[in-house]
Amino acid sequence: MTDLNPTRRTVLCAVAGMSVLPDVPQNALAQTPPSHTALSVTLRINGADIARPIEVRTTLLEFLREQTALTGTKKGCDQGSCGACTVHIDGHRVVSCLTLAARCQGHEVTTIEGLAQGDVLHPMQAAFVAHDGMQCGYCTPGQVMSAVALVKEGHTGTDDEIREWMSGNLCRCGAYPNIVAAIRDVADHTPARG
Amino acid sequence: MSEQTNTIGHAIDRVDGRLKVMGHAKYAAEFANTDVVHAVLVQSTIAAGTILAIDALVARSMPGVIDVITAENAEKLHKAPEIQQAISFPLLQSNEVLFNGQHIAIVVADSLQQAQEAAATVVVRYRPQDAVTSMEGRDGDQRKPSKKLNGKFEIDSATGDFSSAFEAAPVKISATYKTPVEHHNPMEPHATIAAWSGDKLKVWTATQGISGTQQTLAGFFGLAENDVTVICPFVGGGFGSKGNTWTPVTLAAMAARHVKRRVKLEITREQMFFSNGYRPQTRQALKLAADRDGKLLALRHDGVIATAMPGAGEFAEPVALISRMLYACPNISTSHRLIDINQSLPTYMRGPGEASGSFALESGMDELAVALDMDPVALRMRNLIDSDASEGKPFASKPLAECYTKAAEAFGWSRRTPAPRSMKNGRMLVGMGMATTSYPTNRMKASAEVAMLQDGTVIVRCGTQDLGTGTYTTMAQVAAAELGVSPDRVRVELGDSRLPKAPVSGGSMTTASVLPAVQEAATAVREALFDMALKAKGDQWHNLDRTALTLDNGAVVGPNSQLGITDLLAQASLPSLSRKVEATPSDEADTFSRHAFGAQFAEVHVDPDFGTVRVKRWVGAFDVGRVINAKTARSQLIGGIVFGIGMALMEETRTDRASGRFANANIADYLIPVSADIPDINTIFVETGDPITTRLGVKGIGELPTVGAAAAIANAVYHATGKRIRDLPIRLDKVMA
Ligand code: FES
Ligand code: FES
Repeated sequence: MTDLNPTRRTVLCAVAGMSVLPDVPQNALAQTPPSHTALSVTLRINGADIARPIEVRTTLLEFLREQTALTGTKKGCDQGSCGACTVHIDGHRVVSCLTLAARCQGHEVTTIEGLAQGDVLHPMQAAFVAHDGMQCGYCTPGQVMSAVALVKEGHTGTDDEIREWMSGNLCRCGAYPNIVAAIRDVADHTPARG
Repeated sequence: MSEQTNTIGHAIDRVDGRLKVMGHAKYAAEFANTDVVHAVLVQSTIAAGTILAIDALVARSMPGVIDVITAENAEKLHKAPEIQQAISFPLLQSNEVLFNGQHIAIVVADSLQQAQEAAATVVVRYRPQDAVTSMEGRDGDQRKPSKKLNGKFEIDSATGDFSSAFEAAPVKISATYKTPVEHHNPMEPHATIAAWSGDKLKVWTATQGISGTQQTLAGFFGLAENDVTVICPFVGGGFGSKGNTWTPVTLAAMAARHVKRRVKLEITREQMFFSNGYRPQTRQALKLAADRDGKLLALRHDGVIATAMPGAGEFAEPVALISRMLYACPNISTSHRLIDINQSLPTYMRGPGEASGSFALESGMDELAVALDMDPVALRMRNLIDSDASEGKPFASKPLAECYTKAAEAFGWSRRTPAPRSMKNGRMLVGMGMATTSYPTNRMKASAEVAMLQDGTVIVRCGTQDLGTGTYTTMAQVAAAELGVSPDRVRVELGDSRLPKAPVSGGSMTTASVLPAVQEAATAVREALFDMALKAKGDQWHNLDRTALTLDNGAVVGPNSQLGITDLLAQASLPSLSRKVEATPSDEADTFSRHAFGAQFAEVHVDPDFGTVRVKRWVGAFDVGRVINAKTARSQLIGGIVFGIGMALMEETRTDRASGRFANANIADYLIPVSADIPDINTIFVETGDPITTRLGVKGIGELPTVGAAAAIANAVYHATGKRIRDLPIRLDKVMA
């Protein structure tokens, strides 16, 4: 994941540095308006290649929500603090609001829409339904993506460990106990790694 | 009826669960995403004054920017309709600034990034004025609210003679409690997509009340209600913040009309702190007096509440209502006063009034128990009352004693040793605390339409909302039970203003308002099918008592034979049979005081060296009336307790005194509970039913579990540490102070 490390913030700064920002309004018309190079990217999302022209500063979250129909990934804060936008990149969980779309080329992106096999829910999705690990459902895609990754990471030793490693995903409806129960259920039915 | 069709009370899966876990449930910002342009709001950076000029030359020249809308070029709106949901400030109708963070311009551009960047270049010149940025030191400006509380309750109340009773009483306490500004922070930011076609407006918006939004927009734009369509099939949490039609909704519609394009306006998490209300700051003075046996003799509860400057509206958090009705006490006096400050308008937030008010009353009851050297549960039991003295009416139902007993037993209250600091777990100080909860059982009129199709599918249509409370599911269950089908044969349509009208999803009233309408409409369909069956069977079922008929799995079943609905409708050449009903609360209901009750028990562990408070266990027993769905009801109770834990231990929006701006306006610095903060939560349903409010016996449970939670924790912290914290949230610095 090292090549995904630059955050949106650092890249935004770089972009701002490169362009001419109109900080003196009265001279504005004489200045070159900032231009954000359009890039043509091809991202591999849920097993399909999606090619789009984008502005360099487009986050993966914006790419998914605004430039494709993949609105299952949610925007809760756009600042990396709520986890609603969690997706998998090469099987690892990341917050897509702090990930630049352009940096995802050559990687496998999986979103909530890519989890089920057709109509058959992923076991974690089924467990969330069975344990009612949701209310409004807005944090749910992010919770499910985090939960799937967490089981793979092996952080299900105790319920407290699950709680700790799920604490990057906020749920204002307070579905936490049911989410823990869903994860516990899946973990108990998942063969240990290795 | 077989088990499978009547699932009332069962723990069936949420019918919209699949959509939600697959990412296919669509929220406001996710509709109509093609051919949409983006609006970004520019906010004021002063708290009071006048805008002299807005220089948007640069913004207008930037790539992709379509226009910048300010008070200069914004359309003049009609007067707001006279409904509480209509928020009329700030809507770019004047140059007045009444709070920091006020919306003062809209930038519209082809892409969100372009609009954001352009918005950052807008330069505003102000003539600032002195701003009131805190209620501290402003007691001289206290004023009475201009309207009754919640539209119906007196601002002040007095029964008996508080002063002399308090004076003469042998045991008394007197204390002041404070609650801070708190923000709802639903996970879904408020978003609106607005599209005009001619003089017709369609909006997809995140709202707890599609009808209120429809009325508000129709009012502001001078349209007939039917010319405004509001769509909202899913709401990503509301908690009160999406009850009103806040100005970004109207601004989105203004922008769409201005640029003649479909406009999307998603406010940022930071803007959520300035745009859609919050729980206002309160200071509450409480006096309680009792005889030596713990019988209450006098109670006084005076609330001082911060609100916005009058030009921005008024909201009075009704903190002392709960003190008027919860306990038997002959001498009660309550009051509510406001202090206007330069901040955006506060509003209802989960358990409005009661959540803040019960922190004072239920902490005070604990202090009184200590003064009496009496068990806190016993003190409450001693002061039970069957009727609501403030309204002079009996309670429709009140199994509060049972709530105390069941919760205390499940919690193991008898193991508690009363002295502070007397219980330990390793290094940790253990505290056990409890509090009472209560919230009104509200019901308003609602309409629903139920249709039986030839193939046995049932369609339920109602213009209500599902905020995650399980409304889709309970509507399906009620229709299924009446019509003898399994709930998965029921398709529920809600969240569309073209559907039969239902009230705002607030005040915990959706279940009690909407389900009776669904039930009555479904009953009407059933009776119509019986009529058809009796006619079709002619002599065979001649003179048959219709109570001998049932509907089961697609057939009208009578003695010795049955008649398939498919055939019945086909013979009558009806593709479907539908009935629409408006269900209204009975007049009899008005002769009762209707509330839900409950008991909250918390165990905390406090670190003696660091003052950190961890909630370790929770038991709540709740007077839920009757449960429709045990799974979604339990989720709601748990969620409400989690909300209360946040209120007790972390939530506080802080104001920068110099600028009047909310300083921690993001969801990293505004702390809400995360998974690691939440222990196992045991919720107990006390189902004695409420025969008065609805035939179903339900009570609203959305707010009930939040009320009392903060006091239960504060009382537990006192038990653990001997330290009484009367100022929320209970942070470690206050524990160590
Ligand atoms: S939207 Fe990405 S963490 Fe909140
Ligand atoms: S289900 Fe609503 S925020 Fe988690």
